[in-house]
Amino acid sequence: MTKALLDIRDLIVEFPSRHGGVVAARQVNLSVAAGEILGVVGESGAGKSTIGNAVMNLLERPGRIGGGEIYLKGEKISNLPDHEMRKIRGKRIGMIFQDPLTSLNPLETVADQLIGTIRTHLDLSADEARARAISLLDQVGIPDPAVRVDHYPHQFSGGMRQRVVIALALCAEPEVILADEPTTALDVSIQAQILELLKDLVRQRGVGMILITHDMGVIAEVADRVAVMYRGEVVETGPTAKILGDPDHAYTRSLISAVPRPDIRLHRFPMVESIERAGERRELDLSTHWLGKARDFDTRGGGGATGPLLAVKDLEMVFRSGGFLGSKASSLRAVDRVSFDIRDGECFGIVGESGSGKSTIARLVTGIYKAAGGSISFNGTDLTKLKNRKELNKHRRQMQMIFQDPFSSVNARMKVRDIIAEPIRFHKLSGSESETRRIVDDLLDHVGLGARAAVKYPHEFSGGQRQRISIARALATRPRFLICDEPTSALDVSIQAQILNLLKDLQEELGLTMMFISHDLPVIRQMCDRVGVMSKGRMVEIAETENLFVAPKDDYSKHLISLMPSYSGLSEREVGQAEAS
Amino acid sequence: MSDMTEQQPSFLTRLRDSDLWWSFIHSPGAIIASVLTVMIVAGALFAGLVAPHDPFDLATVDLFDALLPPAWEAEGNSSYLLGTDDQGRDVFSTILYGSRISLIVGFASVALAAVIGITVGLIAGYSGGILDSFLMRVADIQLSFPAILIALLIDGVARGILPREAHDEVAVYVLVVAIGLSFWVQYARTVRSSVMVERNKEYVQAGQVIGLPNWIILIRHILPNVLGPVLVIATIQLALAIITEATLSFLGVGVPPTSPSLGTLIRIGNDYLFSGEWWITIFPGVALVVLVLSVNILGDWLRDALNPKLR
Repeated sequence: MTKALLDIRDLIVEFPSRHGGVVAARQVNLSVAAGEILGVVGESGAGKSTIGNAVMNLLERPGRIGGGEIYLKGEKISNLPDHEMRKIRGKRIGMIFQDPLTSLNPLETVADQLIGTIRTHLDLSADEARARAISLLDQVGIPDPAVRVDHYPHQFSGGMRQRVVIALALCAEPEVILADEPTTALDVSIQAQILELLKDLVRQRGVGMILITHDMGVIAEVADRVAVMYRGEVVETGPTAKILGDPDHAYTRSLISAVPRPDIRLHRFPMVESIERAGERRELDLSTHWLGKARDFDTRGGGGATGPLLAVKDLEMVFRSGGFLGSKASSLRAVDRVSFDIRDGECFGIVGESGSGKSTIARLVTGIYKAAGGSISFNGTDLTKLKNRKELNKHRRQMQMIFQDPFSSVNARMKVRDIIAEPIRFHKLSGSESETRRIVDDLLDHVGLGARAAVKYPHEFSGGQRQRISIARALATRPRFLICDEPTSALDVSIQAQILNLLKDLQEELGLTMMFISHDLPVIRQMCDRVGVMSKGRMVEIAETENLFVAPKDDYSKHLISLMPSYSGLSEREVGQAEAS
Repeated sequence: MSDMTEQQPSFLTRLRDSDLWWSFIHSPGAIIASVLTVMIVAGALFAGLVAPHDPFDLATVDLFDALLPPAWEAEGNSSYLLGTDDQGRDVFSTILYGSRISLIVGFASVALAAVIGITVGLIAGYSGGILDSFLMRVADIQLSFPAILIALLIDGVARGILPREAHDEVAVYVLVVAIGLSFWVQYARTVRSSVMVERNKEYVQAGQVIGLPNWIILIRHILPNVLGPVLVIATIQLALAIITEATLSFLGVGVPPTSPSLGTLIRIGNDYLFSGEWWITIFPGVALVVLVLSVNILGDWLRDALNPKLR
């Protein structure tokens, strides 16, 4: 084994507080050698970033190193006084942060920032430093570096900015680079390029890199070795192929099986139940259960006609801004003549990059926004023509929505019971208050929270549990059509798998029709029957899911599919075993 | 979940365990300020029991006792602890009764301003567009006049339309309206900007998807989420309202001299300050400063304690 460049031994990091404190890292042992990339993977709160901050001695107060040592080339650097640490930070250990927008100073040119950093650490004249800055930009792949060096950060795109941040980390020829989620804020296409760049730099310069990420795909792409973290502990360390292909620890297995597979469609995500304890779900009989009772879905006009449940035709939406007292009005065409149908009982996916108009469509269909043109027919009735509020509410009740952000989509000042009971009370779906309570408890039980959750407030729940509250609220109107707007993009991958499983189960049990919006192609593949691809407000292709993934027709769809991460989870054998068990 | 079986804690235990209480018992300033506030409020509320004299009862006031110094001075009378004013009223008792008026005016005008301001802010922030622009321009215009000027204006109008005898009776109400109307802008602006943030959050959209009418969304969902900053402004404005009342009374447009507030008392004493009778103005002044300072410190503490980033 090569001699370790950076060696972390038995590291303990604690955050004391009035409630006794939290141990963010316990007995962590990690080491990275020259020319090696060590991936540190785990879900939010696992303590990944804490380790990076402990190495840099940048722990946020009141956090402190409670035990263990950190060595850089055999030299102890943990608990050094601040002025000594400043000589190591930036010079011997470089750092790359998640968000390239906030890690550069917007008021200084790239040259100023690079030269400033270079001259802080190396004894160079201004001209030499400038020459070095230009050569660094060249090395990180910025075209025309002699000109670009004098530009401001906002003149660079996101990916280019992250390259500048990498150049900044390389300024003083560091021996170790800490990269904390370096590609999480970037689009998929740029992510691949940046990872390639990092890989090359590590090989050529012989530096050691610790790459902190939550993304298994990133790990599979670049890491030589992987450390898996779970609740402050490293549960497993080993070569990437071994960890990803044949992990020993149960947590690693469930983590890997929770990653949505881009290559084949599975019925459910296996082995994810153990991660966040969710109560057992019971089978329910629709003919006797409240959710099935009096669904008053009017059998369609002609009786047995099989038109689509939702028919959207030439839908348009324009956002205007400014225009009052002098400021110039501007408008943005967010949705541009979009048409699609959703059949009864199917799951229709809408996929596209951020800003393509996906969420706007969801808000137009549910009536949060008013359409500028086109029609939205639900169950044969054109909702855009309905003026009568009562009439509209009758249809709205059958359409519910699950939102992206589990933290803002429930009112933090209301108890869970009141949140879920609100639609029941408002639409008068139950005969008495005691019946309402029974229904709420039952719904909570059904989404896997347990009836005791009713008397708590939302902040007592985790992100995944809050998303379950949100789902229970949506079910409380006894809907037949559910719109899911990125329901899992704010969640960890294992929680995502549980929520997707729940949505699938509910869809089957209740015969729901779904519109599922996501930017994540593997998730779309697992969930949807048909998919519409959105780009810049237009729907460029609608196809059966499998056809889209195998043979996309439109150029943009082809581009999107080609960017999918290649990582495909456990081997077939593993999955087979898991499903059998 | 293991804690599912736990008993729901009572209100008192929850209060004891809350971060607010913890922050309170760890900030000496807040404790001292709240003790002083409680003392002054209690003194004002139970003035009839605490005060040795009733300064508003003309039968007990004797002009021969006028301008007596505090009890510890050579010429002092032990029954008038802090001395007497030019009418022979006991200064200590007058402070107790006077702070009653100050506090009533303070609380009532703050409540009035908060109700107007919150309503305007909710409507402006939620509706947006022309209505928002209109309401906020009105607020801007209002803001370009000093609060005292507006209060003087309203007081002047009230004097003009009401007969002289009636004026004294309604003086307190006029003060409340005058101060309330000049203070609502702060609330409106704060609430409006908070509402504009909350309006775009997903729980509001969830309410819209359920089909709730706008007024239910506003009152049941948005209002509780924007009240935090309002409570803090209210404590600061309470101090401001008391000072404004004192200023107006000092200027002679506030409550009548027969039922003096702290401000009136200070104004009366001001005439005697340079002739050696300093106690008439100093003691009410100290009471006013202590009250205002305490409420202000409490407001500051509340603002920090409610801000999770500062915890």
